[in-house]
Amino acid sequence: MSQSRIRVLVGKPGLDGHDRGAKVIARALRDAGMEVIYSGLHQTPEEIVEAAIQEDVDVIGLSILSGAHLTIFPRVKELLREQEAEDILLIGGGTIPEEDVEVLLRQGFAEALFTPGTPTGEIVGWIKQRLEKKGPEPARAND
Amino acid sequence: MSRDEMNEWLERLLRHERRAVAKLISRVEDDRGRAEIMHSVRAHSGKSLVVGITGPPGVGKSSLVEALTRYYRENGERVGIVAVDPSSPYTGGAILGDRIRMQAHTTDRDVFIRSMGTRGHLGGVARSTADVLRILEAGGYGRLLLETVGVGQSEIEIMRLADTVVVVLNPGTGDGIQAIKAGIMEVADIFVVNKSDMPGAERMKNDIEMMLDLNGGAGPLRRPPVVLTSALQALGIPELGEAIAEQQAFLRESGQIKIRRQVQLQRETWHYLEEKVRALFDGTWPQIPQDWLEAGERDPFGLVEKVWAKMTGGRDVS
Repeated sequence: MSQSRIRVLVGKPGLDGHDRGAKVIARALRDAGMEVIYSGLHQTPEEIVEAAIQEDVDVIGLSILSGAHLTIFPRVKELLREQEAEDILLIGGGTIPEEDVEVLLRQGFAEALFTPGTPTGEIVGWIKQRLEKKGPEPARAND
Repeated sequence: MSRDEMNEWLERLLRHERRAVAKLISRVEDDRGRAEIMHSVRAHSGKSLVVGITGPPGVGKSSLVEALTRYYRENGERVGIVAVDPSSPYTGGAILGDRIRMQAHTTDRDVFIRSMGTRGHLGGVARSTADVLRILEAGGYGRLLLETVGVGQSEIEIMRLADTVVVVLNPGTGDGIQAIKAGIMEVADIFVVNKSDMPGAERMKNDIEMMLDLNGGAGPLRRPPVVLTSALQALGIPELGEAIAEQQAFLRESGQIKIRRQVQLQRETWHYLEEKVRALFDGTWPQIPQDWLEAGERDPFGLVEKVWAKMTGGRDVS
């Protein structure tokens, strides 16, 4: 019997230390049955991609409130490509202006971006839909 | 994954490619081709001794793993780490946060850190933790460190996995010793009093020594040393490293390692068999006649015999 679980790395790249949002998201994903690896604060793109590869995650979620999103998303995407790990979905959230969201999505630097006010259920739903093959294991008797 | 694909990943594992290590761990953890993968991996692993770090939540297990990793890296060793955190019994989800303390080693290509959720398994580790350690070894990481979930009294499954069991405690938790003296206390090869820069460390050490005195000749063959450390201030780490080296030398020279490995094999075989029996039971239960259930209300022991006969009747357990 398969015991597959969706695995997500929640990362805080860059210099801002506001991780409340990242923790709220991590908790919501946990409650949706996912395994969430939390990287901690002040991670470089290199550290995030390396951790994602070692942990073999399905999704990287970046929380960025520092304004560095136009630098960090492309850099993470580039590193994933270098490591032949483009199958890992890259999503993010934080204070990202609408026009930058469009730029990042249009140029393929992120698969989805969720800005403040997004219900956590929407993020859970998006991930589950993209990874339908890996749904949680149905409950078994006597477990 | 097709057989060809799996073989390719296994070849890449033996070439020490990190992506292959990660992918095969996921396969085994998810029980997708686990037996086949482990059959190959076992042929290329088993020499390394596993250091298991266990103890109550918050005593500094992750920080000690980080400090030990630094110590082994200075000796040029390649370090494979498995860190286990609890999965939610309600949703199966988990927050795996042990990496946070180990950030310094993230981009060191000679260190591989893998987090695992327990996924319903009790005993302080996950079902496939032993397998994951062997995959790391086959992938070129010869120094194996295992961090259990924060444990209380009786999570002693680490015995099945670790050749060196390091039990970590803190000063000022005398009651903590009381709580563990019957369980983990008995399986420790080495005791660590971490956060030894805090008051009461010497006293804690004495308390442990006194309890070890009471053991007399019973229990483990070798009296566990008690090491004082402060992972954050990097105190006592070489001493811990030496204590581990001495215990592992003792295991090899005394032949104890053979006995331990046989006990480990027995337990691992049992766990795997248990899973098979459970699956067989789950498949059999819906097929049993209603009148058996009604009779079972009066006599569950009789029902066990009948269900067992149906589960095994003329069939191979595989």
